[in-house]
Amino acid sequence: MEEQVKNITADEQQEYIINMGPQHPSTHGVLRLVVSLKGEIVKNVQPHIGYIHRGIEKMCESITYQQIIHLTDRMDYLSAHINNEVVCLAVEKALEVEIPDRIKVIRTIMSELTRIQSHQLWWASFGMDLGGLTCFFYGLRDREKILDIFEETCGSRMIVSYNCPGGVMYDLHPNFQKRVKDFIKYFRNKLPEYDQLLSGNIIFKERTKGIGRLSLEDAISYGVTGPSGRASGFSCDVRKHEPYSAYDKVTFKEILFNDGDTYHRYIARIDEMWESMNIIEQLIDNIPEGPYAVKMKPVIKVPEGEYYQRVETARGELGVYLISDGNKNPYRVKFRSPNFVNLSVLNHIAKGFKIADLVAIGGSLDLVIPDIDR
Amino acid sequence: MDKTELEEFIKSTDQDIEIKEGKQFLEVTVPTSKLHSLAKKLRETEQTQFDFLFCISGVDYGQDLGVVYHLRSTKFDHVVVLKTRTTDREHPQLDSVADIWNTADFLEREVYDLLGIRFTNHPDLRRLFLDNSWGFPLRKDYVDDINIVTK
Repeated sequence: MEEQVKNITADEQQEYIINMGPQHPSTHGVLRLVVSLKGEIVKNVQPHIGYIHRGIEKMCESITYQQIIHLTDRMDYLSAHINNEVVCLAVEKALEVEIPDRIKVIRTIMSELTRIQSHQLWWASFGMDLGGLTCFFYGLRDREKILDIFEETCGSRMIVSYNCPGGVMYDLHPNFQKRVKDFIKYFRNKLPEYDQLLSGNIIFKERTKGIGRLSLEDAISYGVTGPSGRASGFSCDVRKHEPYSAYDKVTFKEILFNDGDTYHRYIARIDEMWESMNIIEQLIDNIPEGPYAVKMKPVIKVPEGEYYQRVETARGELGVYLISDGNKNPYRVKFRSPNFVNLSVLNHIAKGFKIADLVAIGGSLDLVIPDIDR
Repeated sequence: MDKTELEEFIKSTDQDIEIKEGKQFLEVTVPTSKLHSLAKKLRETEQTQFDFLFCISGVDYGQDLGVVYHLRSTKFDHVVVLKTRTTDREHPQLDSVADIWNTADFLEREVYDLLGIRFTNHPDLRRLFLDNSWGFPLRKDYVDDINIVTK
């Protein structure tokens, strides 16, 4: 007995298992991670999900296409507008409806505003995860301005449900153009502050550079898309590869890095905010005239067949796989959600780093839990 | 490779494969026993290089249970859809492709969780969202006696 005790040293033999979540400030929702540790080093991370599983795919099978739009908001609530768009585009593609330019431009501007506000909230909470509380106030201060623009036009701040098959719900508010232009002017001055506050901070750099490195091969094999995948050099921007709405009319850069560590996943999102502002500026002064929605039948029956539509949300590639049997309800809807797939890489990249780094790595993947669980 | 070249290539690999030109993508129906070998071939052949598996969807077709794989090549940007079906509703079993694409690990667990299709050689096949006492909700014969979902 004594001999056995002697042979076991705490850091070599014993694995210590701790439970992180489901209620934990750095998991940003009800995500539970079971972490195996040796000393401070992470040996294994097992995500346990499903705490907010609502069965959206099952619910979709018993409701109409217009109603599905309102469920997609509740998946990735920070990219609500883009989630709406994927269902609308799939239905429009199936019905072969020609969408006027005005709608396309409105959707693109709204999508980019959504992307900016999502990245702002991510930046705010990522800074807070790493101990910089000021970030939270800066981020939310600027995000409020976009939410005000949404409120004026869509009638809602976060869960906008502004898209509908065939167009958008309401026309733009008369103030829209002016307010967006004011915001861009304002935010072009404020975004460099983000860099001053966090990007150049030496503590922040020490905690993120070289941490949680993801190689290009692994990024593709694990299917990591969005800014997280592009930080590893995986060219996966759907806006470039398969342009939808008005993305084929604008010029913008696809942000690509090769390092694939936490720091570059961070920088990729900051750079994306600049690109989003560029896209909005190209479009905001020339919104074409025309109707804001095409007249659709009150009961939409999608022709029999299979349809796949993908869009780029703030977190990666969102796909919808729609099987229709010709009825007013879809036969099967599958959402390929970016967060669900991005979560699967967490164990792979967090291994061998310290538990404090796990928080940084998890934050840099920008997970939104309702999108994982659906 | 464009669609016709791809079609030629897949046809040349095996006799039992059925190829249909879909509305968007090339749709390939394979028997369950040959799914893994075809997937491996598509991943590893120099001219196809389907390295990005972006979606796995389980579908209940009524009589059969099926799984649909969407594959893309990041190098050539071509897409192929693999479909397979099994008539066994009691113990449906397929070969896992998690050894070819790492992303299949989670995506297959989701299919198992919601449709009850087991994947052999999967590294860690457990329920994902629901606990073991639940049925398989995405099956069409699933009866939900608690909530309002009827279909």
